[in-house]
Amino acid sequence: MAVFDAWPWGAAALLGVYHGVNPAMGWLFAVALGMQEGSRAAVLRALPPIAAGHLISVACFLVILGTASRFIERDVLRIAAAGALTAFGAFRLALPRAHPRWVGMRVSGRDLALWSFLVSGSHGAGLMLAPLMLGPSPAGASHGTGAHDALDAGALFATVGTRLDGATLGDATLRGAGLLGIHTIGMLAVTAVLALLVFEKLGLAFLRTAWVNLDAVWAVSLIAAGLLTFASA
Amino acid sequence: MPTWKPDPTFYPSPRLAMKAPPERLAYVAVLNTGGNGRPDAIVVADTDPSSPTYGRLVGRTDMPNAGDELHHFGWNACSSALCPYAPHPHVERRYLLVPGLRSSRIHVLDVKPDPRQPRIVKVIEPEELAEKAGYSRPHTSHCGPDGIYMSALGSPDGGGPGGIFVLDHDSLDVLGRWEVDRGPQHLAYDFAWHLGHDVLITSEWGTPDMIEGGLNPELLLAGRYGRALHVWDLRKRRHLQTLDLGGQHQMVLELRPAHDPTRPYGFVGVVVSLEDLSASVWLWSKAGSMGGNGAAADAADGARGRTGGVSGGNGSRDGEWEIRKVIHLPAEPADPALLPPALKPFGAVPPLVTDIDLSVDDRFLYVSCWGTGEFRQYDVSNPLEPRLTASMRLGGITARAPHPVAGKLNGGPQMVEVSRDGRRVYLSNSLYASWDAQFFPEGVRGWVAKLDAGADGGLQLDERFFLQFEGERPHQIRLEGGDASSDSYCFP
Repeated sequence: MAVFDAWPWGAAALLGVYHGVNPAMGWLFAVALGMQEGSRAAVLRALPPIAAGHLISVACFLVILGTASRFIERDVLRIAAAGALTAFGAFRLALPRAHPRWVGMRVSGRDLALWSFLVSGSHGAGLMLAPLMLGPSPAGASHGTGAHDALDAGALFATVGTRLDGATLGDATLRGAGLLGIHTIGMLAVTAVLALLVFEKLGLAFLRTAWVNLDAVWAVSLIAAGLLTFASA
Repeated sequence: MPTWKPDPTFYPSPRLAMKAPPERLAYVAVLNTGGNGRPDAIVVADTDPSSPTYGRLVGRTDMPNAGDELHHFGWNACSSALCPYAPHPHVERRYLLVPGLRSSRIHVLDVKPDPRQPRIVKVIEPEELAEKAGYSRPHTSHCGPDGIYMSALGSPDGGGPGGIFVLDHDSLDVLGRWEVDRGPQHLAYDFAWHLGHDVLITSEWGTPDMIEGGLNPELLLAGRYGRALHVWDLRKRRHLQTLDLGGQHQMVLELRPAHDPTRPYGFVGVVVSLEDLSASVWLWSKAGSMGGNGAAADAADGARGRTGGVSGGNGSRDGEWEIRKVIHLPAEPADPALLPPALKPFGAVPPLVTDIDLSVDDRFLYVSCWGTGEFRQYDVSNPLEPRLTASMRLGGITARAPHPVAGKLNGGPQMVEVSRDGRRVYLSNSLYASWDAQFFPEGVRGWVAKLDAGADGGLQLDERFFLQFEGERPHQIRLEGGDASSDSYCFP
């Protein structure tokens, strides 16, 4: 069962990498702040608030999902999440430039964290983790084990694709926090590497051709995740 | 529709924009003064030297109504779309927003289907602008990181205040007035920003009722035209500071901020001084950013502007900006017989600096002296001490300096546009219809000239490129893919 246990951790980290790669999620902002100040320290200073904003945004979404799961049947929730993913993906395709308006270049750590929080939220970063958190339908995934657990807030994290029969609520919450942490570490690592690489070595010229429309990719990912969740529900 | 890759005309930094390919087309706003009831137009000139139609007009889009008085215009999107806090690089630089300064109508032209024949795809009527923003007489248009910003000279009734309004960069609808707290600001004209410092600067001309009937000598002699710059918090949309040049300095017009977002300075042209009819160029800067406190440079001519009180609550020392005169252009004595009635008593031609432009690398400043017909190039590598590197004469109130192709010219160098690589400079000769008539009573005959600039300074007339107009007058020129005054950058 080791592989089965490991995959959600890997998936959470990979989603973190996926989020971190997007220039709109923070590494480009860190580069800009570093260039504005003319110092690598400014790049590094920008990283923790960006990661913190992202983490809080994703965590907020997971807590909402977890709370909902206390009151809503898991299959219903899965369908609701699938609908939300698909609808939000379609929204991002239709209105790709919905972005915060109040931000500028002279930002405090708190501004930066709030910016990251809003950008992550408006891009549906937390939502993208929903299928992972809800896991496959027990009927579809575990072929007749017969288990059909209604989730509670803690067990939501615990059942991230795995089965933790008998786990205590505390264990499950800890495990969920761990997954969130792994996700954020993946995001932060990629953000840091890209920001420093671009600041120190690459420069910005490559952006003119390499910055593909990740917003569109994200929107399509959201829709795909939504449809997959539908299919597995 | 969003694109897959960023628009190739977007550059993260001015350094990269300097490497942009040369423009193949130029868009020119032309004002119909033929008295024939025909509308103004955007005309398209071929600027590709290898093209058989180089230096000629190859397209034209008439406005739907007559009498707009086209003046300045701008793009829907530009390099600021790459700004990291609101990135949306997968849009196209595709639409020209073309306001009528007299009609208050805003036209949206699509240049994508046929760049030589832009199509009007949307018209915002003055009533809509008045209702949504409370402004009229739209003037300068800049593509910002989070929307399209446009300045307006005044209120719908022709008075003040003038200000800035914002258009949505997707729908191109007017969203509303930009200012949350305008403090003492009343007059408006141009605006510019320092994106790296979250600061916006505005300048002052006059309200519509002060300018539309022509330059009013009583208002001028009373020093009632614009005399100050205003510094604003770009994020909070609040007035921070007034930089007052003094009442003798009348009409503080074109703002040219440094393109490098780390450089908190810029240049502004002042049309005329009531003391001696001279014109001047001033340098605004963040206090302390120019090395030392700048006091020595100021003391030289005693021309340091007074800085007004800080009006907003955000007026920390960090927000202190200052301004000082860096270029003085004296009036030139002239035979009164050659002067228009308004200038005869003075026996001199005022230089009348009506436009300036700064190259994308912030190295060369171009100064148009519409009155004397002189066009100057300064090396402003040290912004405190501009160094004259070239001068040329075309037209002028008394000089009528000739062009090899067309002989004697009237009007003078007015709107300047510089290519992104800094090597080509385009000039047009008309200011504003009712003011043209006061300084060139015989009527300005429209022309657009082109100069080639050396990599290290120097100007040479391109004899192959000279546009002449009949019954029409050219004003602002915009170059395909962007130019020195169209784009702003968030990366140095």
